[in-house]
Amino acid sequence: MASERRLRIKTLVMVLAMVVCANAGDLLLKRGMSQIGAVQLTASGLAQAFRLTVASGTIWVAILFLSGFMLSYMTVLSWADYSYVMPAGAFGYALLTLLAVVFLHESVSPRRWVGVVLICAGVLLVGQTKPRTTAVTSEALA
Amino acid sequence: MMRVIFALAVLILGSTAGEIAITHGMKATGEPARLRPLALLQFLGRAVRNGWFWAGVPLMALSFYSLLALLSWEPISLVIPASALSYVVGTLGARYVLGEQVSAARWAGVVLVCAGVALVAAG
Repeated sequence: MASERRLRIKTLVMVLAMVVCANAGDLLLKRGMSQIGAVQLTASGLAQAFRLTVASGTIWVAILFLSGFMLSYMTVLSWADYSYVMPAGAFGYALLTLLAVVFLHESVSPRRWVGVVLICAGVLLVGQTKPRTTAVTSEALA
Repeated sequence: MMRVIFALAVLILGSTAGEIAITHGMKATGEPARLRPLALLQFLGRAVRNGWFWAGVPLMALSFYSLLALLSWEPISLVIPASALSYVVGTLGARYVLGEQVSAARWAGVVLVCAGVALVAAG
């Protein structure tokens, strides 16, 4: 049972890393792109946007976070169920709403609050289930 | 209307199929020996040599372009709630393609998450 507990903890840590990296990456990408301004959909406009994006530190940090998301996503899927990780990752939507209220002082509609409550309840329910239900192929090697 | 439904289907089925292919590839890769930088790099090296991983990437890219097209036609407050259906489609795929056991509690959680994401994204 100790290994069951360990599996649960490392899965939760990885899902948390996924959510934090995805949210941080998206927010930084949005900030970086708004510093660059609206992209003109012409050859010269796209070339200009490309030059500005590769020169932007914010965009590079965003790419770093999004790579971190991809790595933690791939890592957690190497041991946990897709049907566990996918809904658990939706916790990010709830987290983003809470961050928007606390740090950006955005007002949130009642409908959105209901959504946040449903997501949290759903993630808690999925979190109760076993993270892995398919055969273990690699743990014997590890 | 037809093109919106078509693009939504491509968005949902593309991302689900892509993620299922990647999950299959990652299960075949096996988990990293330990969660340290060197072990993770070796793990990444093994993962990118797996064909299923590269089957998943273009499917997810296709899904992403479909999302861009949808966002150019319809407001985001319609597109993202509709795409929340992918939680249900993904769970069906996990059950019938990957052979994962989806208990009643997990199904209930997925349905709540799907409804919740739709409400949050609708604003």
